[in-house]
Amino acid sequence: MIEIDEDLCKGCEICVAFCAKDVLEMSDKFNKKGVHPPLVVREEDCNLCGNCMLYCPDLAIVVAEEEESG
Amino acid sequence: MKLVHPLMKYVRPGAISTATCAGCGDGIMAQAVLRAIDELELNIDDFVFVSGIGCAGWIPSPFFNADTLHTTHGRPIAFASGVKLARPDRKVVVISGDGDLAAIGGNHLIHAARRNIGMTVICANNGIYGMTGGQVAPTTPLGLKTTTTPYGNVERAFDLCALVEAAGASYVARWTTYHARGLTRSVKKALTKRGFSFIEVLSQCPVQYGRRTGVGNAVAMMKGYKENSLSVKKAASLNEEELKNKIIVGELVDKDSPELTEEIEKVRRIHE
Ligand SMILES: Cc1ncc(C[n+]2csc(CCOP(=O)(O)OP(=O)(O)O)c2C)c(N)n1
Ligand code: SF4
Ligand code: SF4
Ligand code: SF4
Ligand SMILES: [Mg+2]
Repeated sequence: MIEIDEDLCKGCEICVAFCAKDVLEMSDKFNKKGVHPPLVVREEDCNLCGNCMLYCPDLAIVVAEEEESG
Repeated sequence: MKLVHPLMKYVRPGAISTATCAGCGDGIMAQAVLRAIDELELNIDDFVFVSGIGCAGWIPSPFFNADTLHTTHGRPIAFASGVKLARPDRKVVVISGDGDLAAIGGNHLIHAARRNIGMTVICANNGIYGMTGGQVAPTTPLGLKTTTTPYGNVERAFDLCALVEAAGASYVARWTTYHARGLTRSVKKALTKRGFSFIEVLSQCPVQYGRRTGVGNAVAMMKGYKENSLSVKKAASLNEEELKNKIIVGELVDKDSPELTEEIEKVRRIHE
């Protein structure tokens, strides 16, 4: 699963550009910093490669394997 | 369930955000260094991070929750040498900019490599003086129009890795922020290497470099790193003309040589 800490985001778009699976898109909303954070729009296509997390200069993205419930 | 970034535990409480502009490569470098420490399962309390003045100086300080020494412009290696001599048990890591380490601080870099003092120097090379407004640096590409070279830079750029190699460092590598995984591997190697280790990281400055020179935003700059780089192995089969404007990435030096603080300790024992 992918989680974006929207308020840490500075809106650079690196994560969107370097996701080979087109999972992310920039949103229209504003965060606390006044920039548009990305949105996870096609989570089912995510292969957990971790690029978005590795490249986010602001540690705003976490990618982790789904923990088994129950 | 809210996921917590695995590296947040190394971030100083209160320093919730990096000090750098949107898309600055220095944040990718910060993450690569912290990831290397995490993967090696080292204790960040055993480190002393030293930086100088410039945007890159903010990579460890105050962002890393560790001992950080934010020194004067050009002098982090001099301060770090003092720290290492006083506390050889500490892992001493200098993280600073190209102007800081190679222009005003160039002589410290050369002599630290020559002495092969046990420290790691990580240079955020954005090819410019970022913090002060995009002035030309000794690392600026030939011909580039910067704030202070409106007709194009007439000087050749320094090959920092070749310089440090010639001075005698034990470990030398070059990466770009596009190569965050290779960079992390090299930081792990450098942190465990005996002697002086140096990693040059081409790190995008989308504001003073990208915007002013027309190279583009952070994404365009990272794509440029991807397109213009080739591995050490590939580069070995190409001639000077073919290598023009290319960025050679990978490990350039990995050798064993006597380390300064160990040599001092030997002398001390003899005279005890
Ligand atoms: C002795 C001294 N000279 C000049 C300056 C002004 N100054 C501050 S940062 C800097 C250069 C920064 O360039 P670099 O080290 O490449 O760091 P960057 O901001 O690009 O990361 C200069 C010249 C200073 N602070 N002190
Ligand atoms: S982990 Fe990989 S595939 Fe998934 S969103 Fe991030 S970059 Fe895209
Ligand atoms: S890489 Fe990070 S800071 Fe940049 S847009 Fe994506 S989440 Fe925001
Ligand atoms: S001016 Fe350039 S180097 Fe400095 S923080 Fe901004 S993008 Fe990074
Ligand atoms: Mg610089």
